[in-house]
Amino acid sequence: MKNIYLVGNPNVGKSVIFNRLTGTDVIVSNYPGTTVEFTKGYMRIKKEKFGVIDAPGIYTLNPTSKAEKIAAKMLQGKVDLIVNIIDATNLERNLNLTLQLLKKRIPMVLVLNFWDETKHAGIDINLGKLEKILGIPCISTCGITGEGIKELVEKISQPKVSHYDYLEEDRWSEIGSIIENVQKVTYRHHTFWEKLGDASVKTFSGIPIALVILFLSFKLIRFIGEGLIVYVFEPIFEKFWAPLILKLSGFLGSGGILHDILIGKLKDGGIDFGESFGLLTTGFFVPFGAVLPYVFAFYIVLSFLEDSGYLPRLAVLVDTFMHKFGLHGLAIIPMMLGFGCNVPAALSTRIMETRRERFIAATLMAIAIPCMAQIAMIAGLAGKYGAKAFGMIFATLFFVWVFVGFLMKRFISGESPEIFTEIPPYRLPYFKGLLKKVWIRVKWFLKEAIPFVLLGVFLVNILYTLGIIQWIGKFTAPIVTGILGLPREAVGALVVGFLRKDVAVGMLAPLDLTLKQVVIACVVLAMYFPCVATFATLLRELGLIDMIKSALVMVFSTLIVGSILNLIL
Amino acid sequence: MVVDITRLKTGESGIVARIGGGYGLTSRVQNLGIRVGKRINKVSSHFGQGPQIIRIDNTQIALGYGMAKRIMVET
Repeated sequence: MKNIYLVGNPNVGKSVIFNRLTGTDVIVSNYPGTTVEFTKGYMRIKKEKFGVIDAPGIYTLNPTSKAEKIAAKMLQGKVDLIVNIIDATNLERNLNLTLQLLKKRIPMVLVLNFWDETKHAGIDINLGKLEKILGIPCISTCGITGEGIKELVEKISQPKVSHYDYLEEDRWSEIGSIIENVQKVTYRHHTFWEKLGDASVKTFSGIPIALVILFLSFKLIRFIGEGLIVYVFEPIFEKFWAPLILKLSGFLGSGGILHDILIGKLKDGGIDFGESFGLLTTGFFVPFGAVLPYVFAFYIVLSFLEDSGYLPRLAVLVDTFMHKFGLHGLAIIPMMLGFGCNVPAALSTRIMETRRERFIAATLMAIAIPCMAQIAMIAGLAGKYGAKAFGMIFATLFFVWVFVGFLMKRFISGESPEIFTEIPPYRLPYFKGLLKKVWIRVKWFLKEAIPFVLLGVFLVNILYTLGIIQWIGKFTAPIVTGILGLPREAVGALVVGFLRKDVAVGMLAPLDLTLKQVVIACVVLAMYFPCVATFATLLRELGLIDMIKSALVMVFSTLIVGSILNLIL
Repeated sequence: MVVDITRLKTGESGIVARIGGGYGLTSRVQNLGIRVGKRINKVSSHFGQGPQIIRIDNTQIALGYGMAKRIMVET
């Protein structure tokens, strides 16, 4: 089978074209570095099967970041065909990579994407001339509408090896003369989007804009999440699921081991989805009834921010502040993703250039950013104390984020380069694409979460039945009760937290914690250790030694923060 | 007059005259289109030696203060 590589600068729409060619689902966003890992899909042209590989974006074959290294290394393997995708509105910069690729003498096709935007930008490119100069097929496309994709598929079966040659030190002047030959630019006025774009990267207008956007995002997530819970999921669980389960409960004789595992404990003869703790009650309610609505809401908002191109602008605004942590502004991207799920956030630390930055960003994210599953459960648990408990938990976590960041800058050695990134133009999110992306993420969440939630609930039952949690409780009482001021039974949540944090927070519900205990327990659960899925990802990204260091930072800061909270609250 | 990018005022523009710094910096900024002879427009700069935002052709680029200091433009 032949392998086709999609290669190009960051943010030129490679992933959209990949989606179009293969029908395989990949995440697409409007910022450089969305694809940090390669994705492989398949396509068929006239009965011949091709492997299609979506590589991370690169500016050059001499890589600077980890994602770029992955892409550059891939091109050293067996490559049958390169589809070089370029941003037609930035021909000059993109041709730099194209000329480097041509010298590999691999069959190649050039795709000029965002072709529709060249018209608004006053750019006129002569495709025929470009094709003649480079000696490879050149196709204009618009990934979002699908224009030109058919032609691309045709050309894939007839690529050409270029014979274009130049001296390495003359590359830029070569590009200059190509541009002069094929491109005409006419002056035009700035569009509304460009003016808005400029306003959101200036300090005085940018900060208020950022605050408004973040506030609206928060409100919108709450509105959608709570709305779905109150009007959709709770009625489904209460009106349809509960009667069914009660029947099953009667059938099982209202007790026994199987009853305890499947349904759990009845409360006043009824089912309490938060506290019964059976596989079919709490085990189903946590992922679907409590967490999914918020995860869905979060990803709608995040995907909108990503596709519009706002995130890199936020990165610029927070850049000066992030320097205090030994990071630069782009580190805000793993932090924002972390609020959805820490796993993709850990992967996205690859957009940072150095090992030190990746370590600091990953550790800070894992320690102080609770995922949406956990936040949803915290909202439920803290709800009875109103906004106060929720506010105290997040204020503490923010403080931890800042303080641990300061300390890590001081004590972690290594390099921290400055921000250097392209800021893509604002684009109105393409609605169908956005929905698809939310769907990919929700599907991924369900696939990852449900097995672990069920396993967690199952384990809770087994561990309690066998008396293991009580035993660990006795053994860890000096820490849990002594230092953190929590009841002994809370240790069960800490054990299960290794598996799933949402289930762990759920386990606190029946304990009747005071406001102070709720705050401490939630903060500790968020900080002390990543869940198993995040841990596995961090281990792969950071390596064993750095993972151990990172875990030590987490455990120690949890003990310190927990005991301080216990003293001052 | 030749000044570095941090000295440009918002809205001002200049032609890149020199990129001071090693091969690493030069090739890194070149990859995003910053090279001698190109016109740069300053979009904004952030206080406290914060990042500098410039526009070159159709691309907006954010770059750190230290990097911006090493890129000289003729106004």
